[in-house]
Amino acid sequence: MAGAGERILEVEGLQTYFFTRGGVVKAVDDVSFYLNKGETLGIVGESGCGKSITALSITRLVPDPPGKIIGGSVILDGRNLLGLSEAEMRKVRGNEISMIFQEPMTSLNPVLTIGQQIGEALILHQGMNKAEALARSIEMLALVRIPEPAQRVREYPHQLSGGMRQRAMIAMALSCNPKVLIADEPSTALDVTIQAQILDLIVSLQERLGTAVILITHDLGVIAETVQRVVVMYAGRKVEEAGVEPLFAEPLHPYTHGLLASIPSLEIMRGEGVDRPERLSEIPGMVPVLTNLPPGCLFAPRCRYADDQCTSAYPPYEEKRPNHWAACWHSERLFGAKK
Amino acid sequence: MAIIAHEAELLKAGAYVDGWWDVFVHFCRRYPLGAIGGAIFAVFVFCAVFADFIAPFDPLQIDASTSLAAPDETMIMGADVMGRDVFSRIIYGARISLAVGVASTLIGGLIGMVIGLMSGYLLGWFDLLMQRLIDMMQALPLLVLALVMAASLGPSLQNTIIAISIPLIPRIARVVRSNTLSLREMPFVEAARAAGMSEIRVAVRHVLPNTLAPLIVLGTAQLGAAILTEAALSFLGLGIPEPYPSWGRMLSESAAEYIRVAPWLVIYPGLAISFAIFGTNLLGDALRDLLDPRQRS
Repeated sequence: MAGAGERILEVEGLQTYFFTRGGVVKAVDDVSFYLNKGETLGIVGESGCGKSITALSITRLVPDPPGKIIGGSVILDGRNLLGLSEAEMRKVRGNEISMIFQEPMTSLNPVLTIGQQIGEALILHQGMNKAEALARSIEMLALVRIPEPAQRVREYPHQLSGGMRQRAMIAMALSCNPKVLIADEPSTALDVTIQAQILDLIVSLQERLGTAVILITHDLGVIAETVQRVVVMYAGRKVEEAGVEPLFAEPLHPYTHGLLASIPSLEIMRGEGVDRPERLSEIPGMVPVLTNLPPGCLFAPRCRYADDQCTSAYPPYEEKRPNHWAACWHSERLFGAKK
Repeated sequence: MAIIAHEAELLKAGAYVDGWWDVFVHFCRRYPLGAIGGAIFAVFVFCAVFADFIAPFDPLQIDASTSLAAPDETMIMGADVMGRDVFSRIIYGARISLAVGVASTLIGGLIGMVIGLMSGYLLGWFDLLMQRLIDMMQALPLLVLALVMAASLGPSLQNTIIAISIPLIPRIARVVRSNTLSLREMPFVEAARAAGMSEIRVAVRHVLPNTLAPLIVLGTAQLGAAILTEAALSFLGLGIPEPYPSWGRMLSESAAEYIRVAPWLVIYPGLAISFAIFGTNLLGDALRDLLDPRQRS
């Protein structure tokens, strides 16, 4: 964590709504965060909390219709991406901002070789010819530690295992040396051992290439090991933001607290409930339907600290401690945070 | 022992294939009927390409002295009422059948592919319009539609090709559209977009190649239908005009009048049509099985 580094990406008041027959779904509502050069930011939350839509909004790939980015700005290196034309945006995608998706099994085109797919972006963005692109593809495959890259580059996706395909995806995403890499649940569909390898790979490549990474996941274990700062999202809004250590040590939003409490710990498994409950706790209830949001705090229906204030007004998003932000009326009840 | 048997099984199932020869051998072993179909089709293509060398006589040469001559050693399939050698005409007829079949399948396939891809990719009003047009065209059987087309265009080689290719468009467009609909939601399409590809590039380079396997199968199957339709149109006098040797025309001009005195005028063109279609259909079925992902292990 290099303190106040240079901002590479700044998302300000981002609002992405889906206009459906059932009403307006506020998938991302007033979300702001920043990313420093060479930093790894984690975005955490349950399924359907708006993590992936945030990522898609940054690259302007939200399916339209029904989705629309209706407000905010996404500043990449001084340029507002939301103001670019579609043609200019295409030059940003894959070149300055790359993405890795969740399903390595289906994220690669089955009828093109690995080399063709990695090379495609290189030919498109870097103006390379086929031979140069092939050479660079082999280099990239070696970089993501795929054995026998010169042979693999000629193979088709079905000839590769899931972990290898995700490596190939990473090679593809990093081939143009992007400023920002958005990894949307990059390890979720993989075996646990392969998960660790993929995360290790992302971290080590990031250190080597200096790419800033946004890691989107629902897995707090992944967050703890890989990122420096965390944004917690709930029902399309940002509810907490802090460095990874303060967040894990003393979360100031009950949702984050609930997420952390629902991770099994070795003490619980051994039956020695230290100062925790013996039973693994869960967060009761479900993420609210985004078309019909309650007026107050969106988490209030599931929160054990909720009172009248919570159900009547949305809590302000404020800096409870230095560099530790949260949107909760009762943060002090969790760990005695002072305003 | 068990391992060896297992290896042999794998080998038999085609687990180790490299090189075109191996693929060919595997195909013949796994799909013997398809291989027969392929062989028939190959003979058919061979006759069409090398007709000038195979045919012993000029197919258009009229000779009163050989009118309705029975098959003998010089004219192995006899001669028609104008004294033209039936064997030579059948060999040259292969050229017409193949030209019409392949050209109309290609034209129909290409247009159908473009419409299907655009329809499935753009959706909206374009899709709606195209689908209703296709529904209308599909309401009529291939032959009936081709018949209407041919009758309005008039008999000529070019018009026959057009008349057969247009009814093929909806069949191809349907298949490509439905494939495109499922492919456009695939993560690799989104990944291609995220890599900065334009929509046209995504459609042509990432979606289209994935629809080719079913398209090849459909094309092969439609080839037989196209050949049969050409024969039917010519039989009805709406296809290839005289004096060009078309199998359908050869049947029609002799069937009614000479079937009792010169049955070879009906038997041989009839056999040629049957074999050509039998061959393409067998090949099409085998290709369908081969490229069907559900049948892959």
